[in-house]
This record gives sequence, C-alpha cells and structure tokens, in this order.
Amino acid sequence: MTAVNVPIEHVLILAGALFAIGLAGVLVRRNIIFLLMSLEIMMNACGLAFVAAGARWAEADGQIMFMLVLSLAAAEVAVGLGLVLQLARRFDHLDIDAASELSG
Amino acid sequence: MSLEIVLFYLAALVALAATGLAVTRTNASHALIYLIISLLAVAVVFYLLGAAFAAALEVVIYAGAIVVFFLFVVMMLNLGRSAEEQERRWLPPKMWIGPGVLSAVLLLEMIALIAGSDAATSGTPVPPKAVGIELFGPYLLAVELASLLLLAGLVGAFHLGRRYMRARREEIE
Repeated sequence: MTAVNVPIEHVLILAGALFAIGLAGVLVRRNIIFLLMSLEIMMNACGLAFVAAGARWAEADGQIMFMLVLSLAAAEVAVGLGLVLQLARRFDHLDIDAASELSG
Repeated sequence: MSLEIVLFYLAALVALAATGLAVTRTNASHALIYLIISLLAVAVVFYLLGAAFAAALEVVIYAGAIVVFFLFVVMMLNLGRSAEEQERRWLPPKMWIGPGVLSAVLLLEMIALIAGSDAATSGTPVPPKAVGIELFGPYLLAVELASLLLLAGLVGAFHLGRRYMRARREEIE
C-alpha cells in the first residue's frame, strides 16, 4: 500500500471546512441531539488535521492524537446523551434553551 | 494524476456534501445516516493518507459505536413526525445566514493563512506497528489518562441514565 502525495493544505482545508460546517450547526440548531452531532463533526475534523500532520512527516504521533480525540469524543457523547435522556424526561422536548436555568 | 489522488478528492467532496446534509436535516435518523456516510468518507481519506489504523478506528468506533449510540437514543426517545414538524418550525432557512456567514469568514481566513505553503504529504504510510510502539512507549501516560477519562464518562453516563431508567419504571407501574 502506498499513500497519496497531495498538498497538505488541501487536507487542512478539508478539515477546516468540516469544522466550519460543524460550527455552523452548533450555532444554528436548537435540538440538543443535533448539537451533539455537530460537536462530533468538529472533533472528527480535528482528528483529520492531526492525521494529515502525521502523514506530512510520516510519524505515528498524528494517529495517536487521533486516538486520544476519539476517546474524548466517546466519553463526551456518553455523558451528553445521558443528559439528553434527562432533558427529554423533564421537559418533553429537546430544546437546549430549556436547560438555561441551573436550579436543581 | 494517479487514481489515488482522484479518489482522495472524490472522498473529500463526499465528506463535505454528507456533512452539510447531516447538519441541515430535520429528521434525526436521516441526519445520522448522512453522518455515517461522512465518517466513512473521512475514513477513506485516512486510508489514502497512509493512516490505515486510524481509518479502521474511524469505521469501528466513530461510525460503528458512537453513531449507533446516537441512533439508540433517537429510537429510545421515539421522535416521530411531530418532532420533525417542531424542528422545521425551529429552523427557518434565514436562521442559517448569520452563523453560516460567521463560520464561512473563519474558514476563508484559515484558507488564506495556509494557502501558498508548498508542503505535501510524505506519501509514506505509517503502519499500525509503529503506532503501537509509540503508543506504549512515550505516550503511555496519555493512554492512562484517556482510560481515566473513559472511566469518568462511564460513571457519569451510568449515573445520568440510571435516574432516567428508574423514572421510566415508576411511570410504567
């Protein structure tokens, strides 16, 4: 197997575009499930940038950082979806604005 | 131009289109299917960049575990047609203008900053063996910290979900 030889800025632009789409999603959506999905997209874009940097210098560090980002995403989504279940039980809808009060 | 380079740009286009569609859907299940396509396209990009191990992890953990976990929750909440209607009311098309312009400005800034660098990817694949050796050598502490983070996530999710399950049981009885 050989790897491609593309300009690294194209890979970084792809990562940046995916990140920007995720950012727009976080800013626009009100449904908390879509918010979490957009966060996943943004983290995936970060991982792509790390892997691209690893491919630039043919080092393993990029893939290791990607694995750390992956475990962070897994932990975040587990807690986040737990919060989604709580929110759905309390308010009967998934509007993130409903969780704007910190009263217990 | 070799076949691999064509495949790279094709996968990049698929990733962008699928991600855009995933963020703009009103039905959560449709959005998740598009998200899976986007993640698979990014996995193809990883493979072409020579990061075969990262590509496998992307398919197994991202598309296989995380998105399926999302799907479980969507099924559990039983979001039907009414939720889709509500989502459409929350999301008039003009809502996209402000955030879209702001993120496009940031993206253009980044493109302007990194354009013109003549660096290219090395073309040398990094085999999983090298990743493993690095992972359990200099990065051992990071692996331990990641496992601690996962444990914290597990405990947190269990705590939040247990209260939900207990409430559901009382509702049923």
